[in-house]
Amino acid sequence: MKGNEALAEGAVIAGCRYFFGYPITPQSEVAEYLARRLPQVGGVFLQAESELAAINMVYGGAATGARVMTGSSGPGLSLKQEGISFIAEAELPCVIANISRGGPGLGGIQPAQSDYMQACKGGGHGDYHLVVLAPSSVQEMMDFAIEAFDLADRYRTPVLIMSEGMLGQMMEPVEVRDFVTPAYEKPWAVTGCAGRKPNIVNTLHLPPDELEARNHVLAAKYARLQAEQKRAELFMTEEAELIVVAYGLLSRVAKKAVADLRAQGLRVGLVRPITLWPFPDTFLEACMPAARAFMSIEISMGQMVEDVRLAVNGRAPVDFFGRIGVVPSPREVRDAIEDVAKRRGLA
Amino acid sequence: MKKVLAMPQSLTGARWHYCPGCGHGIIHRLVAESMDELGIRERTIGICPVGCAVLAYDYFNCDMLEAAHGRAPAVATGIKRILGDRVVFTYQGDGDLASIGMGEIVHAASRGEKITVFFVNNTVYGMTGGQMAPTTLLGQVTTTSPFGRDKDREGYPMKVAELLSTLEGAAYVTRVAINTPANAARAKKAIKRAFEVQMAGTGFSLVEILSTCPTNWGLGPVEAMKWLEEKMIPYYPLGDYKVKEAQ
Amino acid sequence: MEKQILVAGFGGQGVLSIGLFLTHAALLEGHNVAYVPSYGAEMRGGTANCIVTIADGEISSPLTDSPAQAIIMNQPSLDRFEARVQPGGVLVINRSLVERMPQRRDLTTLELPLNRLAEEGGFGRGANMIMLGAYIAHTGIVNVDTVLGSFDKIFKGKRASVIEQNREAFSFGIEYARAHW
Repeated sequence: MKGNEALAEGAVIAGCRYFFGYPITPQSEVAEYLARRLPQVGGVFLQAESELAAINMVYGGAATGARVMTGSSGPGLSLKQEGISFIAEAELPCVIANISRGGPGLGGIQPAQSDYMQACKGGGHGDYHLVVLAPSSVQEMMDFAIEAFDLADRYRTPVLIMSEGMLGQMMEPVEVRDFVTPAYEKPWAVTGCAGRKPNIVNTLHLPPDELEARNHVLAAKYARLQAEQKRAELFMTEEAELIVVAYGLLSRVAKKAVADLRAQGLRVGLVRPITLWPFPDTFLEACMPAARAFMSIEISMGQMVEDVRLAVNGRAPVDFFGRIGVVPSPREVRDAIEDVAKRRGLA
Repeated sequence: MKKVLAMPQSLTGARWHYCPGCGHGIIHRLVAESMDELGIRERTIGICPVGCAVLAYDYFNCDMLEAAHGRAPAVATGIKRILGDRVVFTYQGDGDLASIGMGEIVHAASRGEKITVFFVNNTVYGMTGGQMAPTTLLGQVTTTSPFGRDKDREGYPMKVAELLSTLEGAAYVTRVAINTPANAARAKKAIKRAFEVQMAGTGFSLVEILSTCPTNWGLGPVEAMKWLEEKMIPYYPLGDYKVKEAQ
Repeated sequence: MEKQILVAGFGGQGVLSIGLFLTHAALLEGHNVAYVPSYGAEMRGGTANCIVTIADGEISSPLTDSPAQAIIMNQPSLDRFEARVQPGGVLVINRSLVERMPQRRDLTTLELPLNRLAEEGGFGRGANMIMLGAYIAHTGIVNVDTVLGSFDKIFKGKRASVIEQNREAFSFGIEYARAHW
C-alpha cells in the first residue's frame, strides 16, 4: 500500500466520513483516494474552493461532533492557519495531514521537514498547540491516522499528522486494522437544540478576565498532553555517548547509519520523536547520564534542533546536520555523525 | 387581556448591544419570528459573522456557531453536508460577505449549498468604526474614503444579489429593506421563503437586506431610514433576482 | 538478508512497474519489502527510478545510495548510478540504449538488447517484463516459478489478455537469460 493511501484508509477505519480539502502536490493523492472511498462508506468528500474554505468546512463539520479531516502541504497549511487557530480555541477535534514539501514560498515538491516550526510552534495566532504525530513507515501512516482521531476526541484538540511527500509515495506492506467505532460523547456539539439548551461554539471573549480564563483552560489541557502523551522510539541508546535525534522517514535512514556505526564500535544511539508536540524531551533526559553530545538530523536548515537544545539545556553540545529537497542517504548521515563524534572527541 | 405581541421563542431576550436605530435588531426579530412560525428552532444551526453581528449567538435561541471573518458559508457547508436534515443559516454583513468572504459566498452559491444566507447591507464596516465597505455608495464619506468613494480610486459598489443570481446553484436570491413597516413585512416574507427553499432542498438561498447604520452614517435613526430610501434603494433595487422552482 | 535493488531509466520505459512487480513478488514470497519511487522534479519526463528493498528482518532505511543490484534501462542512468552500486554487485543493462559500457571491473555486468528483443518478440509494450524475467531468472532474487504462478495476483484487475502478454514477455526474458547469461 502507498503511504498516502494508508493514511487515507486509516482515517476511514477510524470512523472519519468527511474530508474537505483543496488540491496541492504532494497531498492530492490523499484527497483522490478519499473522493473514491468515502462515498462507499456513506461519507462525503468535498473539494473546497480554497484552503481557507476547506479548514472552515472542517471547523463547521467538527462542531457537529463528526470525525472530519483535511489535508494539505506547506503553502496550503500556511493558508489554513487562521482556521486552525479557531479550531484549537473552540476545542474542536479534527485531524489535519501535512504531506510536506520544501519551502519557503512556493518552494518545491521535494522532501522536506521544514514545516516543523509551523506545526509545533503555533503557526496561527494565539496561545495554542496542536498534537503533532510523525509517522516513519507506511504502517504508521495508517496507525497514526487512527490514533490521531482518538487523541483529537480524547483531548478535544486538532491533531496534525506530519509526513514527508516521499513517505506518501512509498509502498510497504500494511496490516489493515479493524474498523473503529468512535465512543466519545460530545454534548457540546451543535446539532440543533431539540430537548436541550442551545449550544454555542465560539472563540470570541471580549471581557479580559473571560479571555484569560479561557487561555488557562487551554494551557491546562496542553500541560496534561505534555504529561501524558510524549512519545519517542529509542534505538541503541543504552550507554550511547552520542545521541542522534531524527524523526519521520529520515529516522529510518538515521537508524541504519547508527546501527552501522555501532557495529564499528562508536557508542551512538537514536532518539526518534513520535510526537513532535509534545516534544519528547523526557526521552532525551533519560539518555543524559551517558550522553556527552547530541545531534539533530533534519531535512531542513535546523528547526527541531531548537527543541533538542531546550531539552539538553546547555548540559551537552548539540550539533546539527540537515539538507533540503533530498532525504540524505545513509552514507551521508553516517559521515555526518562520524564527523560530529570526532569533533566532540568521541571517536 | 389578549396578548398581541410577545418575544419570539427563537430569541433569547438578551439585551441588544446594537446602537440606537441600528437595523440588526429588527432583522434578528424577523429571522426569529420566521423560525418560530416554521417551527424549526430546535433543528436550526446559525452561524455568526465577524462584524457587528458577531455576538448574534447571544440573541438567537438555537444552536449557534461563530465563524472567522468571511468564512461563514464554508462553516455552514461543513455542517450542512454532515447534518443534511437541519436548517443552517449564516448571518453576515457587507464586509464579511462581500469583501473578505467573497470567495466563500460565491462558491457556496455556485455549489447550490442548501443553506440560507441573511446578508445585511448597510454600506459600512460598523464594528470597526465606519470604514469603507464593498457596498459603500459612490460619493459616500467613510473613515477610509474621507473624500467620498470615487469610482476611479475605490471602484464601484458591489451588487451582491445581482452577482449571485447569475449562478446556477442559487435557488432564491432577493433584496429587501427594513426602512418602512411595509418593507419590513416584505423582508420577513422573503426570510421565511428563503428558509422554505432550503427545507425543500431546491438550492442556495440568500436574502440581501438593506439596513441602516445611523452611528457611522452620522445621522439620526429617522434620517437614516430616509437615507436608505433615497440613496441606497436607487442603486440597490429591491425585488427578486432569482427564483428557482422546486424540482 | 537485506538487498536493495535500483531500477532506473527514462519515464515511460516501465521502470516503476518493474520495481512494483518485484516488490509484490517478494512480498508474496513472505519477505519484508519497501518500494520508494523517484520523487520530485524527476517525476515528469526525464529519468525515472525506484528502489526496492527486500529483507528477512525489519527494514530500517528504505533508501540507499549503494544498492546491491541495479537494473539500468538507458545511458544517463548508467552514467549516474554506475559508481554507486556496491562492490561485488550486479548491473543489468539494456544494451540497446547504452553505448558506453561500465568501467568498473568489480561488478557482475549482464546485458541484453532489450529494444531489439521486444521488437523481435512482438512485445511492444512489455519490454520491461523481458528485462525483469531475465533478471529474476538469473539472480534468483525471488523464485522464478513462484513469480510465474503469481501473475494473476500481481496484475489483479487487469484484462486477461494483458496479463497473458506480460507473462509471455517475462518468459521470453527467462529464456534469454538461460541461453545467454
